[in-house]
Parts: sequence; C-alpha cells; structure tokens
Amino acid sequence: MILADIASLIRSKNAGPFTLTFDIMFRDLASYRRVKDSGALNPATFAKLYRCPVEQVRFFECENALAFKFSIPRPLTQGEPGDGDMHGGQQFIPLMNVEIP
Amino acid sequence: MYTYFGVGLSDLLSLWVKRRWGLGQCLHVCRFDFWNYSHLEETIEMTSAELKQARFISPVGSVGGGINGEALDDALAQAPDFIACDAGTTDAGPFSLGMGTPAFPRETVKRDLSLMLRAGRKANIPVIIGSAGTAGGDVHVDWVLEIAREIVAEYDLTLRTAVIYAEQDKTYLKRLLHENRILPLDPAPPISDSVIDGSTRIVGMMGVEPLQQALSEGADFVLAGRCSDSALFAAIPLLRGLPPGLAWHAGKVSECGTLVCETLGNGVIFTTVTEDEITIRPFGPGLRCTPQSVAAHSLYENSDPYLHRECSGTFDLTRATFEAIDGVTVRIRGSEFISQPYTVKLEGAELAGYQSIIVGGIRDPYIIRQLDSWLASVRGYIDESVARVLGDKAGKSLYSIIFQTYGINAVMGRLEPDPKHLPHEVGIVLEATAPTQDMAHKLAQLSRQPLLHYPIKEWTGSITAFACLHNPAVIDRGPVYRFNLNHVAVPSTPVEMFRTHFMDLGGPRTS
Repeated sequence: MILADIASLIRSKNAGPFTLTFDIMFRDLASYRRVKDSGALNPATFAKLYRCPVEQVRFFECENALAFKFSIPRPLTQGEPGDGDMHGGQQFIPLMNVEIP
Repeated sequence: MYTYFGVGLSDLLSLWVKRRWGLGQCLHVCRFDFWNYSHLEETIEMTSAELKQARFISPVGSVGGGINGEALDDALAQAPDFIACDAGTTDAGPFSLGMGTPAFPRETVKRDLSLMLRAGRKANIPVIIGSAGTAGGDVHVDWVLEIAREIVAEYDLTLRTAVIYAEQDKTYLKRLLHENRILPLDPAPPISDSVIDGSTRIVGMMGVEPLQQALSEGADFVLAGRCSDSALFAAIPLLRGLPPGLAWHAGKVSECGTLVCETLGNGVIFTTVTEDEITIRPFGPGLRCTPQSVAAHSLYENSDPYLHRECSGTFDLTRATFEAIDGVTVRIRGSEFISQPYTVKLEGAELAGYQSIIVGGIRDPYIIRQLDSWLASVRGYIDESVARVLGDKAGKSLYSIIFQTYGINAVMGRLEPDPKHLPHEVGIVLEATAPTQDMAHKLAQLSRQPLLHYPIKEWTGSITAFACLHNPAVIDRGPVYRFNLNHVAVPSTPVEMFRTHFMDLGGPRTS
C-alpha cells in the first residue's frame, strides 16, 4: 500500500518565504499508528525523495493531530525568478507513493 | 489589584488611562511606560475574579475574505470583548510588499471592514486589524485607513482610532546592523548596508505591545501595519493577565478563521481564554471544531508544529491537550510560553527587475523528446541575438531568461521526481527579466523567432515549433520583486520600531 491510500490529506505549503513544509494527516489513530509503526516516514526517506541533505530535514510526529510533518529550506525563495510554485502547494507529490509495508 | 510583566517605576512620560471594556462590567486601569521596555508596567484592577477571561471573535481569516454577516451577528450575541482580524500575508509573494499594493480588491476589504467596524460599535468593543493591506507597509495602512474613513462617513460612526505604522527607517536598521542587533533566521540571505539600502520596503512584524499601548489609550479601532497574526488576538488576554501560553495559542488557533474547523466553510470563530483553558467554537452553517482539527491547525504553514516564535518569546504546544466539549466546541489546555529576549521579525522586498513573458506550447514529439537540449540551443541563439542587437546595453549578467516547461517540471523544478516521463504536449512560459521593462520586452521579442523556428535534425526545411497563445506574443509583467530578508531585529523597546498616530474618525466620541 502507498501513503496516498492511507492518508486523509498529504499537503505542502510555504512556511514563510524560505521554508517548505509538508503535512501528512490521517482519519483515525489506527491509520496514523500503522504508518508510524512501519517506520517508512523518516528524515532519511524524505531527504532521498527531495534530494536534500538529511541534516536539513525537520521531522515531527504529532499524534494529537494524527499527523506527520516535514520541513525543508525552499530550493528557491518564494517568488524568485524561476520559482514555479508561489504557494508551495504542489510539492507533496513524491510523498504520495511512499510504500507502507 | 493584579500586576504582571514585572513591576518597575517609570521615570519618563507615562500615562494613566481608565476606560471600560466589554459590557462595562470590568474596569481596567492601565499604566504604560512607552519609553522603557524594561520598566514596562501593567496594572489592572478587576471587579471580581470570575471576570478574568477574554472572549473574542475572529470573523474571517483575512480582511477581504468575505465575512458571513449572519454568523458575525450570532457571535456578537455571546458578549465578546473584542473583534480582531489579520489582513496580511507573505503567502501571495513579495509583490505586495515591494510594489506597495494590496492583494485583495478594495470592495471586498471595504465590505469586511464595514461589517467589523459596525459590529464593534454596536457592541462597544474594540476592533483590531493587523498587517493592513496585505504587506503592512505604510502605504498599505493608509489604503485601509482611507477605506475606514469612507465607512465612518457612510454609517455616521465615531471611531477613536490608533494607526500603527510598521515600516522601518533604513538608517535605523543600518545602525542596528552595525550594533549586531540584526540576527539571521535559518535559512537567511546575506545582509549588509547595501541590502538594506537596496530594499524597496522593509517592515517589522510587531508584537502585542504597540497594540496594547493603543488599546490602553482608548482606541476603538486599532489599525496596525505588519503584525504577528496571533498578537492581534493575544493583546487583550495578556493585558488582562491571562496566562501567556493560552493567550498566544488562542490567537494562533483563531487567526485563520474557519480554517481551524473540520471542513472549511463560511462562518466566524468565537474563542474564550480563561485562567486555565481556551474554548473555541465556530458560528456558521455546518461548521465544527474537533480536537483533531484544532490540533492539526498548529501544523498549517508552520515549519514546527509545537514551537511558535513571537517577539517576546515562544509558545510551546508540546503539552497542549485538545478535547471536545460538545459537537462543535473544543477545549485546549496545557499550552505554555517561554519568555525570550525581545526580537522583531523583518520582512524586506527588493526589485528583482522587470519582466516580460511569452506563453505557448509544443506538440511535436520530436522536439518534446529532446526538449532540454533544444531549449538550450534556443537559449544560445537568443543570447547571440541579444548581444548582436542590444550590444553592451544587455550584458549576459544583467538579464535572465527562464523557460518554465509545463508538463515536464515547471511546478516542481529540481524537486521533480519524474522528469523523464514525457507528455504529448508541453506548455512553455518564457520569462525574461531585466533591469528595465524596455530591455525585458526586447529580450522577449528577440526570443520569439528562435522559439518558433529553431531547427531539429528530424525535419528538413523550415519548421514552426512553438504555438504562441497570444498576439502580440509578449506580455509585459512590470516590476517583479524578491524577498531579501529573513532576519530579526533586537530593538531597545517593544514599541520603538512602530509609530502610533491617534485620530478621531467621524469626530470625537460624545459618549
């Protein structure tokens, strides 16, 4: 099964002009725990997906919100010539296909 | 007598103001030393212990977003102490800050502001607006002030108004920089005198203190430039001596309006802060807050879901708990606040240049399968044309030409995990950016012919490779800006970076 089949929402967004943040949210505790216990979501996986140094990846497990969060520096500052996603809203796609064993 | 913020004697100008808030049940006596932060002293008298709470309405996530007037009326019946609303964001990009223009149409801002100001007068409670006009610069604040004047005239209101400007003086900032009182956040672009001088506009994001000063002087309407969203809602709860963790967290969960609800809808948020808890509920059809929706809201647009930095410290939600009171209301407890040295976040924009674009597409599979190398050749040809036609006026370091290739990787750029998957059609936006509009326009003009006709080996003879969307093909976009600061300033006092002007809109209050 892939993450997109289990999560209720996978989203990305600017957290200010210099940071991209990714939220992975679930409908119920069982789904959240399933992903958490699989260990499939971690800074190393994320760094590989987004081709950035693992030291730059911040990772949070937020059980009370039934959510995981990743944050990384933006590859280009928001609005810099060449930045194709002003709000950062379409950067989550690689997370959809993370395999959850 | 309740005292907080530490007690100190102010030896400079200070002011005692007495006024009634809320439903007139609660007498506040506020003393402010406007000049010396270390001596900031706040004293509040309360008539009874059970009144130590603050109730407020967050009518919409952003002024101009479209307030539900009916829901606002329903919430107004719950005896709120104030209405607050944020009007700004950096989310739209650097243009508003750079250009000095708002992101919302004037009509929608006027409609929402009118609903709020009339509700505030009806209930005799203050209305607090922050980050006016999207970016919260002086020109943005004045734009909203002009709208407020119109509303006051149209509805025959009287408003004791405090206008707080947040734009920063460059000489002042350079002095702070030389005193090592401008610090980088992570990640931060480099800063120097020339970065400050080269900025079109720099604003400081104010905390609660300038708002509290304005409220203590009796403002019915506080119109602030760039301001922490949460501070708009935390100012009065903190003035009343409520716990800072709860006051700030209440602001955080309320500031986006109904975004804190399970599903987005058209309504308002009503929040109550007491000594030991926050309660939050929506008014509006089909809306409900759930423990998960409220907990999840702290994730939104924040890099850290637990720690939220404000001017005076960090509120920490690590130990916050969320529980349902009924089907629509959530109780929050356990939010904490850690005091830290006072800092003010800076936001700056500088001119990146002027831009012209061409929009079109390619359908030819022979070109699509070699798009990168073909565009590189087109680019080389353009550079040669530019050098030939414009000569020294347009050195290569002065301009940029970028192809956004929709269908390949325009949306994700170098983060794209699947750049080899070729579509049957590719959309292309050519962005030419240069120091003048004239040069950007000419760059785009010079790009059109090579885009149309640059050959490929698969076809013999003259090709037309690029499907232009428009005639004329070149669209001038005007100036474009970039964010150039991700820093905080360390001021001597929480109010020294902000200028407050008081005025009676619609004439002095008679009651």
